[in-house]
This record gives sequence, C-alpha cells and structure tokens, in this order.
Amino acid sequence: MLEQELVFEPTVAEPMLPEVFRIQRVKHESYDTFTLILEPSNGRESFPFKAGQFNMLYVYGVGEVPISISGDPNQPEMLVHTTRAVGTVTKAMSELKRGDVIGIRGPFGSSWPIQEAEHHDVVFVAGGIGLAPLRPALYEIIARREKYGRIVLLYGTRSPDDILYHDELEQWRARFDLEVYVTVDYADKSWRGNVGVVTNLIPKAPFDPQHTVALVCGPEVMMRFTAIEFLKRGVSPTSLYLTMERNMKCAIGFCGHCQLGGYFICKDGPVFTYEQMQTLLSLWEV
Amino acid sequence: MTQQFSILEREDFQKLIDVLSADGYQVIGPTLGEGAVIYDELTSIEQMPIGWTDIQEGGKYRLERRDDDALFGFNTSPQSWKRFLHPPSVRLWQAHRTDEGFELQHEPIEAPRMAFLGVRSCDLHAIAIQDKVFMNGDYLDPTYKSRREKIFVVAVNCGQAGGTCFCSSMNTGPKAEGGFDLALTEIVESRQHYFVVEVGSEKGQEVLHQLPHRPAKDSEVKAADNLLKKVSKQMGRILDTEQMQDILYRNYENARWDSVAQRCLSCANCTMVCPTCFCTTIQDVTDLSGSHAERVRRWDSCFTMDFSYIHGGSIRYSQKSRYRQWMTHKLATWFDQFGTAGCVGCGRCITWCPVGIDLTEEMAAIRESEGAAPKPGRKPASAKP
Ligand SMILES: Cc1cc2nc3c(=O)[nH]c(=O)nc-3n(C[C@H](O)[C@H](O)[C@H](O)COP(=O)(O)OP(=O)(O)OC[C@H]3O[C@@H](n4cnc5c(N)ncnc54)[C@H](O)[C@@H]3O)c2cc1C
Ligand code: SF4
Ligand code: SF4
Ligand code: FES
Repeated sequence: MLEQELVFEPTVAEPMLPEVFRIQRVKHESYDTFTLILEPSNGRESFPFKAGQFNMLYVYGVGEVPISISGDPNQPEMLVHTTRAVGTVTKAMSELKRGDVIGIRGPFGSSWPIQEAEHHDVVFVAGGIGLAPLRPALYEIIARREKYGRIVLLYGTRSPDDILYHDELEQWRARFDLEVYVTVDYADKSWRGNVGVVTNLIPKAPFDPQHTVALVCGPEVMMRFTAIEFLKRGVSPTSLYLTMERNMKCAIGFCGHCQLGGYFICKDGPVFTYEQMQTLLSLWEV
Repeated sequence: MTQQFSILEREDFQKLIDVLSADGYQVIGPTLGEGAVIYDELTSIEQMPIGWTDIQEGGKYRLERRDDDALFGFNTSPQSWKRFLHPPSVRLWQAHRTDEGFELQHEPIEAPRMAFLGVRSCDLHAIAIQDKVFMNGDYLDPTYKSRREKIFVVAVNCGQAGGTCFCSSMNTGPKAEGGFDLALTEIVESRQHYFVVEVGSEKGQEVLHQLPHRPAKDSEVKAADNLLKKVSKQMGRILDTEQMQDILYRNYENARWDSVAQRCLSCANCTMVCPTCFCTTIQDVTDLSGSHAERVRRWDSCFTMDFSYIHGGSIRYSQKSRYRQWMTHKLATWFDQFGTAGCVGCGRCITWCPVGIDLTEEMAAIRESEGAAPKPGRKPASAKP
C-alpha cells in the first residue's frame, strides 16, 4: 500500500532530537547566574566534549538556547553549564531544581587551542559570563601546568556581585604558578581590587607577546578592544582566539541564523582566531 | 543506454504521468492555479497550463494565452520544488510530561515518493545547492534526505526565457546538463508537437521503456539544439559575475545599500520564493495543560528582525543591513560556505518583489560605483520597461 510507504523510520540520526538529562545539583553563582550539574538519564555514562564547545539546552515547553559547557573536560561523567538568566528561556531554566530534567543536544562547535598553546604563555581574558566558556580551557591547561609558560587570567565584571566561581578564583589566586587579576566596572566600599574595564589590565599583564596565546570571551565590544590591546603589545592575530555569539536555532548549520560573513558560528566557531574575525569585527550589523 | 535521444509524441504525454503513477510515484507538476502556475499533484494533463504562458517582470507576473498548445510554454512558478524537499513546516518531535519529568518522542518522517515533472535547469541547480546544505556536512537533515533520495526528476529544457531570467549568466541553464532521470525538450511546430527525450539515469531508462517512443531523427535533435541556443540569447536579465565576490566584500559600506533599503519592505517574499534559501526557525509549543509539547521547524527569512535577535537587540536592526545580508549571502559568502553561488538566476525574487527590486540591477550599481563602466554589448540591468 502506498499509504504505508509515505511514512518510514529515518535511516539517519536525528540531530534535532535532544537527550534527557537530570539535574543533580544547582549552584547559585550570583544573583542572576547559576550552574547546573547534570547527569544523563538514559543509560549514557559520560558526555565527552572539548573545551569551548557548547550544547543546546531545552527547557520543557519553553524553548532551546545555546549554552557553553563550563565543566572539566577530564570529568566527562558530569555535564556542567553556567547560565545567566536574561530572558524567556534562561529565566525558566533558572527556576529548575535538583531532580528536574532538561533536554540536551551537543556538543557542538570548535574548541579552544589547548594543544596549540603548549610551550606558550597563556592569557585568558574574560568579561562577565565569558568566564564560563573559558573555564574548561583553564581546567585543561592547569591540569597539565608543566606544558605551558606563564598562565594569566584577567577577569572583568560589572560589579563585585557579578563575580562568578568565587571559591575557585580564590584557589587559583593562591597558587604561585597562576596570575589572576580581577577588575570591576563599578566598585562598592568593600572592594579593594582593581576598578575599570578589563582591557586596562592588558598593557601591564605579565606575558611575552611573541610567545603568547590569548583566549578571549566576553561581550563583542569588549573583545574588539581587548584585541586592539593585544595587537598593540605585539601578539599575532593568529595567536589571539575569541568566541562569537549569534542567534542559533539548530547548531548544525541548517537554520542559517548564526551566519557571520561566510562563517556559520555553530560549526565554524564559536571559537575563532582574531585573524578570521578581524574584518568582520570592523563592520557593523553583519 | 541504447540510444541517446528518443521522441515522445505529445499524444502520448499522459502515459508518462500514468507510468510514473503506476510505479508508485506521486506525480507533481505544473497546474493552472489561481492566476499563476502552481506545482501540485498531477493525474491528468488536463490540469496542466496547456497553451498558457507567463509574463514576468520586476514586481509583475501575469498569465497569458499562447497561440499554441504547449504544455511547458511558461517559465518559473512562484513556488519552487523546495517546498517538496524542504517543506515550509515540519514537526521535529513531541514531548510529554511524565512523573519523572518529560520524555521525548521522535517523529516518523513523512517521505512520499515523488516524481517532479517539469524541473527547469535552474531549479535542478538549486536542488544540487540544497543538497550541499542538507546532505554534505557533518550532519544530515533526515527530512530532506529521505525525500530527496526518492525523487524521480523529469527535467524540461526551457523553450523561451522569462522576463526576469538570467540563468545564462549563472551557468545554470537553459539546458539541463545533469541531475535528472529524463529531460524533455518540447517542440511545437505547425503540424508536429513532440518531446525530444534524453535519458539521465537507469531509472529514467526504465520509465522510457514503458512509454511509446522511437529514436529521434537528427533533424529533431537539431531542432531542440537550435531552440536552446536561441533561448540563451533571450535572457531577460544579465548578471556580470566577474569578481562579484570581491566586489561585495569591498562594499559592505556603500550608499547603494541605503537607497535599496528605502524601497525594500522587508516582506521576505524574495527568500520564500527563492529555490536555494534554506533558513528556518524553531517554534516550541505546548498545549494549555502543559502535558504535551512539540517542536516545529518553519521557513524563516533573514529579512525579519527576529532572525538575528540576541539578548539586548537584533544584530541586523536596519533594513539596509538585512538587504545587504541577503544579497551578499546569495552572491558572495555562499561561495565560502558551499563552493557555489547561492543564486541560480531563476528571477523569482525579482518577479515576486512587490516593489520590483532587482538583484542584478543592485549588483550592477555596486559594481559601477567602483568606477567600472557597464560592459559593452550587455543590456544594462537597469533598463526596465
Ligand atoms: C555559542 C554560544 C554560547 C553561549 N554560552 C552561554 C553560556 O555559557 N552562558 C550564558 O549564560 N549564555 C550563553 N550564551 C548566550 C545565551 O544563549 C543567551 O543568553 C540565551 O539564548 C538567551 O535566551 P533567552 O530566551 O533567555 O533570552 P531572550 O532575550 O528571551 O531571547 C529570545 C531568543 O533569542 C535567542 N537569543 C537571545 N539571546 C541570545 C544570545 N545571546 N545568543 C544566542 N541566541 C540568543 C534565543 O533563541 C532565545 O530563545 C551563549 C550563546 C552562544 C551563541
Ligand atoms: S539569503 Fe537570507 S534567508 Fe536566504 S539562505 Fe541566506 S540568510 Fe537565509
Ligand atoms: S536569488 Fe533570486 S534569482 Fe537567484 S536563485 Fe534566488 S530567487 Fe532565483
Ligand atoms: S545555528 Fe543554525 S546554522 Fe548555525
């Protein structure tokens, strides 16, 4: 019968179908940012990924959004996402509790240059929530500390209340082999650290520009200015990496939403070299 | 293959539809719809626009009587075959609330066996382009792939060029060079009406076998050749593709974008009628009780404000930036992504633009703004009636 032929089971995997994960723990990082620690709920034992990659997170009945993986690539048995509640989906996500479930598709996209950075100084520059996508790279590089030169983290947020991963920052700051500088745009009386934008920290940061790989993640304007400062110090555009953000509906190169010039951010990015982005970043509304 | 060209007489054309139907295909071809040629399910040639042609110009489309009984005496339909391979709306999955949270239910894929009757060369190229989008990367689109793999393609070579066509410029026509099972050239003469048939695949050969046919005479093959040569010289539009990509990359900032933005209504017609535009959006919906949810994928367009929305606002908030995205994608960045232009010169976006914006004219204007003189012997793209 023709009728039966009209419907058939697909022969290829369904890249748009999420997997269900259960929330093992919710950690409140700041007033608007939270971390979900997830475990697969359907027999899968681990979720391998590369530092810098992202997933599509589906909140039942609300929608799906791209969120970077913020956990440790060497602990793939748990999946970690840090999200800032800004709109419809992320706010609904912030209301989820331990034991609730969430849909996951991924991992997608390109990754931070962990291997390429070996034997170089590594400078991380994070703006706001931008520390979350960088954290997996920090874990990886710290885990193999001996393979790298100086390791510097420059982290800027709006206010002291926006600082993420407090405990970890304290631990990293206490190490002699890591240099951590935190700055805030607006300080209150209790703040005794740097005040000002994160780009101000680059001219004085301790690294050898000829042998440095820089990993940058933050708002687009912040990345534009950060890149300028690195170039001024003589870091090559091919050693400067950044992540781009655009609307994403599919994450697999089909929906067209994430296009930036000739790139699809979901598959060619989100991590790019500054060399790839240089021209595009000089244009508006592309 | 026994012979290269065969002849199918006009009287036997219905049998082609019958044989394809008997082989289990849903035959889809041109029908006379409301004021336009529309691709739809076809069981009889009576449904076809026999003896009609279409007059197409920037922002204009009109059906007119021909003085013969040609079956394919018109050009592109406002629809393209895209809607059958990449449907306007597809449910991707459903979800149900359970005590444990929710569970996802995958969607069986609807993939009718379709025979496309009357695919023009430009549209064959458009299908090849969408193949690259949906079947050539790390991921495959199950809906597209399962439909695409089953189609039977009867191409029709264009016996006339449309008023907005420029396939000759894009090297995508008017003659179908591949990607078909059978290709037909319709010859209407005072006392004869026949189709020169070229076989493009084994499947095509099998179908031809079941039809009354005879080997073509040299004179008949020649008649088809001459017709197609004539058509390539009749193109309604010309697009100079030389260095097109570089020119667009150099001209992200150009006053022409401002002037076209003043006319553009952001209606998205151009992207809907375009046979290569592939963009979609996602809608997640729930029923009132919240016990059932589903995700639907729908065609989308880079002309909408939502398309580039990220928290804080749309990336492309001005009309100008959206038109620039569309045209630069079609004629430049598509090469970076898929190694080909995203335009096959079918002219649909020109015909169906309510204000008659013409990308060949826009491209020529940008080229000329760099100081290049219009090429001699070429009809300036701005010469519109
Ligand atoms: C590759 C990538 C990685 C990201 N990683 C993180 C992360 O680790 N942590 C984090 O907090 N945020 C991250 N974001 C941003 C996050 O996706 C947006 O904040 C989120 O989509 C906002 O959705 P919403 O429904 O809450 O907001 P609304 O403003 O209500 O947005 C409506 C819709 O617009 C789209 N949208 C809105 N903002 C964005 C945006 N910034 N990027 C892409 N689509 C958007 C989404 O489809 C969203 O559903 C990432 C974005 C990208 C592209
Ligand atoms: S022109 Fe616009 S709608 Fe068409 S494929 Fe490109 S981005 Fe998508
Ligand atoms: S851009 Fe216009 S002419 Fe080119 S393929 Fe699309 S609809 Fe046809
Ligand atoms: S997110 Fe759909 S193409 Fe990149």
